[in-house]
Amino acid sequence: MSRRRLLPLLPLLTLLAMLGPVAAGLWGTVLPAFGHLPAAGLTGPSLAPFRELFDWAGLPRAVFLSLSTGLLATMLSLAIVTLVTAGWSGTRAFRVLERLLSPLLSVPHAAAAFGLAFLIAPSGWLSRVVSPELTGWERPPDLLIVQDTWGLTMTAGLVAKEVPFLLLIMLAALGQADARRSVAVAQALGYGRLTGWLKTVFPVVYAQIRPPVYVVLAYSMSVVDVAVILGPNTPPPLSVQIVKLMSDPDLALRLEAAAAALLQLALVIGALGLWRAGEIIVAGLGKRWIAAGGRGRLDTPVAGLALLAGAGAALAVLLGLVVLTIWSFAGFWGYPDSLPDSFTLTNWARHGDGAVEALGETALIAAVAAFVALILTIGCLEAEYRYGLKWSARSVWLLYLPLLVPQTAFLPGLQTLLLGIGADVGRIPVMAAHLVFVLPYVFLSLADPFRAWDRRMGTIAAALGAGPDRVLWQVRLPMLLRPILTALAVGLAVSVGQYLPTLLIGGGRVATLTTEAVALASGGDRRAIAVYGLMQTGAALVPFALALLVPALVWRKRQGLRHG
Amino acid sequence: MAKGLTLDHVAIAKGTDVLLQVDHCIAPGEVLTVMGPSGVGKSTLLSFVTGTLAQDFRATGRVLLDGEDITGLPPHRRKVGILFQDDLLFPHMSVGANLAFGLTGGGSRADRDSRVAAALDEVGLGGFAGRDPATLSGGQKARVSLMRMLLSEPSALLLDEPFSRLDATLRAQVRDMVFARARARGLPVLMVTHDADDAAAAGGQVMQLGRG
Repeated sequence: MSRRRLLPLLPLLTLLAMLGPVAAGLWGTVLPAFGHLPAAGLTGPSLAPFRELFDWAGLPRAVFLSLSTGLLATMLSLAIVTLVTAGWSGTRAFRVLERLLSPLLSVPHAAAAFGLAFLIAPSGWLSRVVSPELTGWERPPDLLIVQDTWGLTMTAGLVAKEVPFLLLIMLAALGQADARRSVAVAQALGYGRLTGWLKTVFPVVYAQIRPPVYVVLAYSMSVVDVAVILGPNTPPPLSVQIVKLMSDPDLALRLEAAAAALLQLALVIGALGLWRAGEIIVAGLGKRWIAAGGRGRLDTPVAGLALLAGAGAALAVLLGLVVLTIWSFAGFWGYPDSLPDSFTLTNWARHGDGAVEALGETALIAAVAAFVALILTIGCLEAEYRYGLKWSARSVWLLYLPLLVPQTAFLPGLQTLLLGIGADVGRIPVMAAHLVFVLPYVFLSLADPFRAWDRRMGTIAAALGAGPDRVLWQVRLPMLLRPILTALAVGLAVSVGQYLPTLLIGGGRVATLTTEAVALASGGDRRAIAVYGLMQTGAALVPFALALLVPALVWRKRQGLRHG
Repeated sequence: MAKGLTLDHVAIAKGTDVLLQVDHCIAPGEVLTVMGPSGVGKSTLLSFVTGTLAQDFRATGRVLLDGEDITGLPPHRRKVGILFQDDLLFPHMSVGANLAFGLTGGGSRADRDSRVAAALDEVGLGGFAGRDPATLSGGQKARVSLMRMLLSEPSALLLDEPFSRLDATLRAQVRDMVFARARARGLPVLMVTHDADDAAAAGGQVMQLGRG
């Protein structure tokens, strides 16, 4: 009986778990931003924190970097994904990209960023492969590629990771857009494949992928780990500066950090507004373009370029992992040599113990966060099914809200609040903070397959005398085993990749693979970084492999579930 | 009250549109066929009887089964069996597990197994208990589906275009089997279909629904 009373409450509980920390964190940011931090003996209100922030000479540059990297990374990723899908969906090249999608998605941002750095740095692998034969370089050239002043490498790193994400979203949206027939009709009218797709399918699809596009923008503007690894540091982007101020032992600097966090929030809101305005302008231009009736003479070169860019993004991540692997086993490796003199297990032996310990912490946090998210998600979806609850189109945005509010805007406040009420920072608060980010992804991953389940199966089972709980446990969940495990793997991967929540809410005392790897960034020990980066990737990748393998084994005698 | 399935002044509406009105008593062993083109709400009537009517519909009236008012009961307590046009065998269970799912509770494992085996024998599928339902032919699936429903010992039978996915020869065969078993068990049958042959084969009263 108690469960029956609990189930209707689950949607509410889920919203609370997701939005509660965000709201509390923002509140905890606003107070110190206006000079109120009793823990440090300060009472507001005062505008001093903002004055100090605006006195910082690096501010204009930090703000510019936040905007430029965020907007550029989002535009490039969206353009690549759109044009590749427009020009190539249904072809063999596209299927290859599709197959690479899951592994690419699960590579954590930090590992991908390290891989890219090891690839394109002046002393990186690409430079080694062509030196000295093509370049004549005997020593690494004195170029600032990684951590360049304009944040271009950081942008490239973000694009490489956001392209697979947006492609996944695009594919999901395409399933409901009847794209193939629209393009067929357009092609029959003499349109090129790419132009035909852009004119008939894109407007429908974009309306659906808009929330995740906004997520990419907000994320790219406020990301910390990628910025620490690939971004400039004199001055750094605003998000990195916030973390620096937060980690300072001087509590008073937290006021300035809070002010900067509010500025970050305002920047993201402003950029989203700018993006919305851009959408309206593009829509207007697009209508004219459609009405002009051009059939797309440039289709072939544009599609070719897009594919090149998409493949480049995928290759950057995959080759990066290859280079990480080589470094993790490298003995002495002099500069222009393409490969190390020798391969050795010393690096793994030296860093293995620490990495395994961090893996344990990572796995524990990820398992708890992902399982809780999965249970809440199934509870929400089942409550929706049993009680006929309906989500309005608007309430879907609630799911995206925790992903739209920049992490750097509310996590500092959450930490301050936790300290203020005397709650111990540590593992359990970190799990709760991870849940904020894990929940939306788990929900988005499971919602479509869960809702697409044939309701008549439920009717049949009930007609055979099975109560709602028995239908759920014996019919629905087993049938949905594969999407459920996939959602769990998504949750695990999201948690494994979290940097800022672990760092700030853990108070520096919770060491996961991600925090350890990012902490190594400034040291420049490539072998140590490689070991941690690979462990981090493995921690995210293995659950995906299991999510494919386990249903195939469990249902190996059940053909009806092989394509489900 | 009378034995059988009674639809007592049932009316189903969507918004202000009244989709259908039925006031009828189906005696044990008899068939009421509800006919009409797709989209007039035939299946809605069945979901009202099973208790799975979607929330955007409004229904009035009562459903009585052997004199008991089941209108307010949850779907799994109504003792109303249903067959759809698709067999809807649970794809993750063996044929035998599908049948056992519907089997009323109790009895030793050996006893339950033998009841499942007997049911399979009855429709010429002896030895199929361990099979994956996906490997069965359309006619075999239809028979398993029927026996699964009968093993749950329902007091009434609903048919939702149950034969429309089967080819002509199979169709007559499966249809005869379903009606024969319903008659033998004295089940009142409510069938919706758009197929005149089905209605003729059922041999009972036919109610025509149309767009008003």
